[in-house]
Amino acid sequence: MSSSKLDPIARRPLPSQVVKDDESALVAAAKAGDISAFETLVGRYERKIFRLTQNITQNREDAEDAMQEAFLKAYEHLQTFEGNSRFYTWLVRIAVNQALMKLRKRRPNVISLDEDVDTGEDMVPRDVEDWGPSPADRYAQTELSEILTKAIGELDPPFRIVFQLRDIEELSTEETAEALELSVPAVKSRLLRARLKLRQTLNQYFRRGENQ
Amino acid sequence: MKCKTIITELADYLDEALDPILRASIEEHLGKCKDCRVVVDTCKQTIEIFCNSEPAPLPQNTRLRLHEALTKRLRRVRA
Repeated sequence: MSSSKLDPIARRPLPSQVVKDDESALVAAAKAGDISAFETLVGRYERKIFRLTQNITQNREDAEDAMQEAFLKAYEHLQTFEGNSRFYTWLVRIAVNQALMKLRKRRPNVISLDEDVDTGEDMVPRDVEDWGPSPADRYAQTELSEILTKAIGELDPPFRIVFQLRDIEELSTEETAEALELSVPAVKSRLLRARLKLRQTLNQYFRRGENQ
Repeated sequence: MKCKTIITELADYLDEALDPILRASIEEHLGKCKDCRVVVDTCKQTIEIFCNSEPAPLPQNTRLRLHEALTKRLRRVRA
């Protein structure tokens, strides 16, 4: 890295931002009873919602059920969506609730999201190795996808879910806190821990000299 | 500033949510500490890799079951 200054994180525009204009029209049409408009919204977000429910539940069958129930609930409660947030954010919150219910049912001993969790006193990373530019480009899309799925699956649920909402679905810290009924500081501490753990996991794949 | 402080403030630093004075102190430290620079850079890359990753296409059977469930429910809601 040549500079100590931070460039903004290079995020790809969200689908919900790209299509923001026609999204509100689609939502309005769906609210007025246009089923095809709702189906267009489903087609737009089904892949992202399925990834979300898979990452939370870590179980294929539960993820599919949670996704289905999320879309069905979204349709049933569409009249209550007032447009104060993006439709996608609203949908994500419904999907998170469905996925969490599945997770808690299958793993009742799973730590409650709102309990205090040990975020670790000693978080100073041990493996400090440069990755070089564009490390993800060294892997084929399928291989990269497997690496990321495995890495996020290794996180404990309280960290995994916060990271999923904040850094993959790109909800704000406040939206994440609200969706998970956590305080903002709790979201921040879990997010920091998750990011550091994922960095450490990915280090074995992306450090210089690996796969080059 | 100690390296541990960089880690404590890392999330807010990456999210550009720090006040300018603390941010400037961190950047001054990063200018001198290679290990912290690497940690900050690789952490930023971690976030970018995840947030820019494309979700896999829905398995055909999963999509079929989703659309069957929707059609059934939407028909019931309309009736």
